[in-house]
Amino acid sequence: MIKAVMMMNTQGKPRLAKFYDFLPVEKQQELIRGVFSVLSSRPENVSNFLEIDSLFGPDSRLVYKHYATLYFVLVFDGSENELAMLDLIQVLVETLDKCFSNVCELDIVFNYSKMHTVLDEIVFGGQVLETRSDEIMKAVEEISKLEAASNSISLVPKSVSGWRGGR
Amino acid sequence: MEQLKTIGRELAMGSQGGFGQSKEFLDLVKSIGEARSKAEEDRIVLSEIDILKRKLLEPDIPKRKMKEYIIRLVYIEMLGHDASFGYIHAVKMTHDDNLLLKRTGYLAVTLFLNEDHDLIILIVNTIQKDLRSDNYLVVCAALNAICRLINEETIPAVLPQVVDLLNHQKEAVRKKAIMALHRFHRKSPSSVSHLISNFRKRLCDNDPGVMGATLCPLFDLITEDVSSYKDLVSSFVSILKQVTERRLPKSYDYHQMPAPFIQIKLLKILALLGCGDKSASEIMSMVLGDLFRKCDSSTNIGNAILYECIRCISCIIPSPKLLEAAADAISKFLKSDSHNLKYMGIDGLGRLIKISPDIAEQHQLAVIDCLEDPDDTLKRKTFELLYKMTKSSNVEVIVDRMTDYMISINDNHYKTEIASRCVELAEQFAPSNQWFIQIMNKVFEHAGDLVNIKVAHNLMRLIAEGFGEDDDDADSKLRLSAVESHLQIMSEPKLPSLFLQVISWVLGEYGTADGKYSASYISGKLCDVADAYSSDETVKGYAVSALMKIYAFEIASGRKVDVLPECQSLIEELLASHSTDLQQRAYELQALLALDARAVESILPLDASCEDIEVDKDLSFLNGYIQQAIESGAQPYISERERSCMLETTDYHSQDHHEVPSHALRFEAYERPKPSSLPTQASTELVPVPEPSYYSEAHQPISTSSVSERESSEIKLRLDGVKQKWGRPSYQSSTSASSTPPQAANGTSSHPDVGVGSSSLKPRSSYESKKPEIDPEKQRLAASLFGGSSTSRSDRKSSSGGHKPAKGTASKPPKENPIPVQPPPDLLDFGEPTATSVTATDPFKELEGLMDSSSQDGGSTDVMGVLYSDAAPVTTTTSVDSLLSELSDSSKGNPGTYQSQTSKGPNSKEALEKDALVRQMGVNPTSQNPTLFKDLLG
Repeated sequence: MIKAVMMMNTQGKPRLAKFYDFLPVEKQQELIRGVFSVLSSRPENVSNFLEIDSLFGPDSRLVYKHYATLYFVLVFDGSENELAMLDLIQVLVETLDKCFSNVCELDIVFNYSKMHTVLDEIVFGGQVLETRSDEIMKAVEEISKLEAASNSISLVPKSVSGWRGGR
Repeated sequence: MEQLKTIGRELAMGSQGGFGQSKEFLDLVKSIGEARSKAEEDRIVLSEIDILKRKLLEPDIPKRKMKEYIIRLVYIEMLGHDASFGYIHAVKMTHDDNLLLKRTGYLAVTLFLNEDHDLIILIVNTIQKDLRSDNYLVVCAALNAICRLINEETIPAVLPQVVDLLNHQKEAVRKKAIMALHRFHRKSPSSVSHLISNFRKRLCDNDPGVMGATLCPLFDLITEDVSSYKDLVSSFVSILKQVTERRLPKSYDYHQMPAPFIQIKLLKILALLGCGDKSASEIMSMVLGDLFRKCDSSTNIGNAILYECIRCISCIIPSPKLLEAAADAISKFLKSDSHNLKYMGIDGLGRLIKISPDIAEQHQLAVIDCLEDPDDTLKRKTFELLYKMTKSSNVEVIVDRMTDYMISINDNHYKTEIASRCVELAEQFAPSNQWFIQIMNKVFEHAGDLVNIKVAHNLMRLIAEGFGEDDDDADSKLRLSAVESHLQIMSEPKLPSLFLQVISWVLGEYGTADGKYSASYISGKLCDVADAYSSDETVKGYAVSALMKIYAFEIASGRKVDVLPECQSLIEELLASHSTDLQQRAYELQALLALDARAVESILPLDASCEDIEVDKDLSFLNGYIQQAIESGAQPYISERERSCMLETTDYHSQDHHEVPSHALRFEAYERPKPSSLPTQASTELVPVPEPSYYSEAHQPISTSSVSERESSEIKLRLDGVKQKWGRPSYQSSTSASSTPPQAANGTSSHPDVGVGSSSLKPRSSYESKKPEIDPEKQRLAASLFGGSSTSRSDRKSSSGGHKPAKGTASKPPKENPIPVQPPPDLLDFGEPTATSVTATDPFKELEGLMDSSSQDGGSTDVMGVLYSDAAPVTTTTSVDSLLSELSDSSKGNPGTYQSQTSKGPNSKEALEKDALVRQMGVNPTSQNPTLFKDLLG
């Protein structure tokens, strides 16, 4: 099971953090800081894997990938395959790239909710849900389309828009 | 340049505005991005919190503005600040009909709240409605939310809808419904146990994506219970075959591999099913062989599948051909330049040597390379492999390497792990005693504060007993070498406490035994230790006991003893020590110096640390006394367990009556109110007491005089809870305060070497009695780690002396500690967490567990009381159990304490009223923030 997805920049500022089991805010911060301090001390050109029992409890591993100014981090337990998780990061980045055409740190900062939408399509409750970036894109676009539609409608007085909605 | 690009982007975004965020949010993000220090960032965020607090209070906030506030709240919380003041607005937003707002609300709520948060109740109804929505995107949003927000209690409220969604026409919904059910299964297996057949059914879904999703729950189910899924082996194999033959739609390809994530999951499942099952292994061997041939090892994902195949083969009963294919794949990994693949290769090697131990030999060089690699991850993985490969022939090289690495790293967590591995390997395979002592000294010197105290005891024991052969000469040589090496190391500054204890003990016991060192030399050294580490009472205690032994041996052998002046001053200092233990030892030492040779010899005989001591655990010598007491009217003894049971049951009873009904939630719609409920409503209207009535309606413990008869019983029952709340923590604190020094005393004296008074009662016998318990467990561990070679290991183990068996406990925390059954949490009982945490962190518990394996029956408590009565109060072995029993004791009989508890009566009422007040102020006291609650109550 995937325990957490994090994105942070090379200065250690969290850009996105999602924990699949609830943790109090302080603990989350502690973990983010801990992960960053480990990552920042790693030399270049070494493996993308870490065993971090000290932070996340026994049998937890971490896979990270460094893109430009960002670290993409996945934390998971022994029931996942490290190399496959590395490819999951690849899937995520490819999808974001399609989403924002040439994704960069700023896109992630300013599109906080969209980031979560994308992530929720890939990882669901700690399990890998979808790995085809085209499918993910399709789902995300469909959501944004509907959101845009409902957004414009909501400008119309409520009595007129009463037909809409799921009831 | 980078900056220019950044500015350009920002401009573009600001003008677009289509991202739905206002300039304020962009400014916030920007200023935080530019903050130079954490302090500056905090200041920015705090002022943002102020702004948001103010804005959220404004009336009639436009919805779109509200959405942005919520996003800002989420952002703030990601930066580590508390945004709880806005949770309720996020909850409200989930109720909105607009999908954008609803999704934002759900997003915020899933990030903010945990499944037991009080606000969840307000969302359950919305989730129920959304799960029934016609718009599948709304359904998906709701499914996403339930994964995080639903707990065991609320699962039944949404379960029927989720089950219906398993047949939804959209595959995206089916997929998520399965995942949600899987999540429920993880949270509370019993709540969905009747629905497990659905997972099997969905395996045959038309959509490969849904089938793939089903593999997740099936993997968990099969992990729990392999045997009932054996029938699916051939189905999984045929699915895997179809996938590898590219029968799935092209869209499932990833980097030219057909549905690799599904393949990996299938391989994981097959590994479980084929474990130790010859026929299942045969069924899957075909497809595994195909995979090895087909996998493209040039892509990352191809290697991921290859690695999974290796893992699978290491679990099942493979054919020689498969084993060979796996070995080939591993050597390809190891030869690769990629660190990732090397890592996987080392990992695979570690798995495969269990089945064919000789496979590692051809990769020796590659393994050594990995050991020298700058990559820490790879290094650690390699040490793990070496640990698995250790034999008596290579132990010296491996342990030397390990200790060197251990010294070089700073990460305490890993240092502890590798230190304990060194100890373990050294204990198991030591080629000679000298080497063993050398390694142990090294481990203690550099990681002494991190290793388990039992390791130290094992070392002392080894030195005392030798390797079990009846060769006194070798034993004394071993001891001399220990003494020499310790005298050498002693001069190093800042040694770990545990190591100093070992050194003191060894010097005391054997420092003068060989006649090589004079008593005054050794005692001078011991005084130095006590002096240099004057803040460490345990070390001082060991040093004083060692001094005592040195002098005792001198006196016994008829030599004249001159106490060094520094010794004299040390003794005088300790005579006035705050620690009762140190004081006692000092007095004992003083008394001993005045005795004649014959008396001293019988008190502290030479080299008697390994003699067995018989302890009469039943305390039969007290029988007469007890008989007498009972005859004169005393109550017979009730065993501790019975007493605590009584307490538990009474506690549960009082809670059953009240807490359960108020806690259990009903999520189905209420029935229409019946007229019969009208009178009570009328009565509350008549009573013009607004404030308490709110509370009395909710909880009904205190009410107006109309229900006086009930009230009395209610209050009395409430009192039980309150007594527990006030009673227990106070007990805890008083005992923990008073018992700490005695426990420390206990900790030191639990060792074979004890002060005069107790030196005749060594815990060796309990050590011995432990043996049969630990051995099988250890053997199992060895078997699981080393497969077939475990038998030869255990042979060695038993041949090489008595210090082995205890080793099993050294690497693991002891399990003897009685875990008290806590009563279910009471709203008022915020004292509870501290009480449990005290027991959890008590370092002396381990020792106690070691000392008296039967610490549950109160008898041992009495033993301790008798033994140390002059040094310590009877509470030496206070565990939570005995606390409970004291509590229960005091609740029956013992008028003194009972009195003090009943006098809390008025307080309880006051507390309840305050509680009501607090509730009215809109603060919900939860276990999450007990401190807040505490503050309010004063």
